[in-house]
Amino acid sequence: MNRRRSPAASAKTKQRTELLRQMVRIRRFEERCVELYSAAQIRGFMHLYIGEEAVAVGLLQTLSPDDAVVSTYREHGHALARGVPMVSVMAEMFGRTTGCSRGRGGSMHLFDASRRFYGGNAIVGGGLPIALGLALADAMLSRPQVTACLFGDGAVAEGEFHECLNLAALWRLPVLFCCENNLYAMGTALARAQAETDLALRASSYGMPSWAVDGMDVEAVAAAGNRAVETMRASPGPCFLELRTYRFRAHSMYDAERYRDKTEVEHWKQFDPIDKLTARMYDDGELADEAVKKLESEVDSELDDAVSEAQAGPLEPVEDLTRFVYTERP
Amino acid sequence: MTTTHTTYREAIREALREALRDDERVFLMGEDVGRYGGCFAVSLGLLEEFGPERIRDTPLSESAFVGAGIGAALAGMRPIVEIMTVNFSLLALDQILNNAATLLHMSGGQLGVPLVIRMTTGAGRQLAAQHSHSLEGWYAHIPGLRIIAPATLPDARGMLRPALECPDPVLMFEHGSLYNAAGELDEPAEPVDIDTAAIRRSGDDVSLITYGGTLPTTLTAAEQLAANNIQADVIDLRTLRPLDETTIVDSVRRTNHAVVIDEGWRSGSLSAEITARITEHAFYDLDAPVQRVCTAEVPMPYAKHLEDAALPQADDVVAAAQRAVG
Repeated sequence: MNRRRSPAASAKTKQRTELLRQMVRIRRFEERCVELYSAAQIRGFMHLYIGEEAVAVGLLQTLSPDDAVVSTYREHGHALARGVPMVSVMAEMFGRTTGCSRGRGGSMHLFDASRRFYGGNAIVGGGLPIALGLALADAMLSRPQVTACLFGDGAVAEGEFHECLNLAALWRLPVLFCCENNLYAMGTALARAQAETDLALRASSYGMPSWAVDGMDVEAVAAAGNRAVETMRASPGPCFLELRTYRFRAHSMYDAERYRDKTEVEHWKQFDPIDKLTARMYDDGELADEAVKKLESEVDSELDDAVSEAQAGPLEPVEDLTRFVYTERP
Repeated sequence: MTTTHTTYREAIREALREALRDDERVFLMGEDVGRYGGCFAVSLGLLEEFGPERIRDTPLSESAFVGAGIGAALAGMRPIVEIMTVNFSLLALDQILNNAATLLHMSGGQLGVPLVIRMTTGAGRQLAAQHSHSLEGWYAHIPGLRIIAPATLPDARGMLRPALECPDPVLMFEHGSLYNAAGELDEPAEPVDIDTAAIRRSGDDVSLITYGGTLPTTLTAAEQLAANNIQADVIDLRTLRPLDETTIVDSVRRTNHAVVIDEGWRSGSLSAEITARITEHAFYDLDAPVQRVCTAEVPMPYAKHLEDAALPQADDVVAAAQRAVG
């Protein structure tokens, strides 16, 4: 292409490329995790995010480093999109001291205090009250930050959901409630668990701005996230986003997926967020095969390095087993 | 230094006032702590003094406001969360056990939770089975929590400060029947050590080991025993986790007899843990089996005579001590 592109157009291309890169990083990271799991190098419960990458990448690009993020047990994508180094997430999968939780958390409990990533809560709905408190502290200390709280549609059935939306709206707390509605709470379809399946509608009954968003479209998620965060920074109080998405994989590595049809999964794969953005960029002349290859190879190389470094990381000495039960004081 | 006549309730209120005055990060939240003045009138007047930002009335949402306390602690505040009774704390048990107690460990030491949760415990006021139980022993089972139980006026006045200075979650259990306990208290308050048990009365014949609401009962029993020439060493545990094993074992080695008085139910209780520790560390110093005085294994009844019969009474303690001493 020899025509000079306008600065605005090239900024947009740069931004889209970055969104694509982040989604590809998450996808490839998890595909590698599956291989390592099958090789019994990674154990425990592991919940994959494949298919939902647009949510983490679109949402978390809206936040500043000082904002807080509260996440769930399906949080590899959230952690990577938040900037937790791939090697420290991978080392955590291997249970190494170099992992982001020193090997004490594993796949479901990724934390990075330096990035205000209050990770990995494996109790459905359990992170919502913590998000309230983070936002409450920011509000009481007159800090301008917001707290993004990610949770799944399953959490909507929990008491905490209602307690926390009520309290956040009552106290005007800057919590961005981000419901990743992937249509299944483990193996229970939304319609089999919820009397009202329009989740944004339910949130709006607490008097907060609420939007339903195409969670398979990273740019739609980013736009909705930006709008919500701007709303919250302009006037304190919570917002709610229902991100309609789908997971292409089972609930966890143990799940035989008896509750849904293969044709349904195949249908949703047509809306693969990575394919969607790639196609859009091709159509707009923003991407060429070479660039895709380059991006893929950069991600592969980052991943190879992360895996080898993680595997080589030390294990916590067993003598340190009981550390971090209480704060160590000099 | 001056001495004032005060109550357990007022001593805690004064401790709250001091904490709020000395550290802007401290705030109190819970059901009815503000306009109502506290379900047990502990926080009466604090709303007027410190305002609604720092004396926060919450909805009836134990899980949300306890979890909000955890989040606020993570983000640099020093919250004090009040839960009306230990029975209601079960609605927030997920937050207390799965988050407050575990975050530091699960995060590899990154996320400490400097939070104080206060709640009432215990029976004796005819409040029946959903407002009367003593479940602090359950909480003392959980690594990551520190459990304290002030039984005296100086402890009611002095335990909050070290609890707030503690970088980990502290649960403070206030026995409902102690709120009206009155006496003289020195001001300014002496700092209280929450790492060690206190010996409230010294004697060489039998160790009476207790805490919280059963301390007055046990001290009454000790007086009755003294009248029969049995001198009791009365240990007030003060901190239920981590347990001060040394004070317990040293006392039993000296007296060779032990009675554990615990308002919890006997099965799987703190009294069981203490008895086990004694057998682990002082078995050959015992002249008789360890005796226990606990609450009868029933949900707490309403009727006064039944409630009294269910609860540890001074006569029960005397009888147990006499059995132990033989």
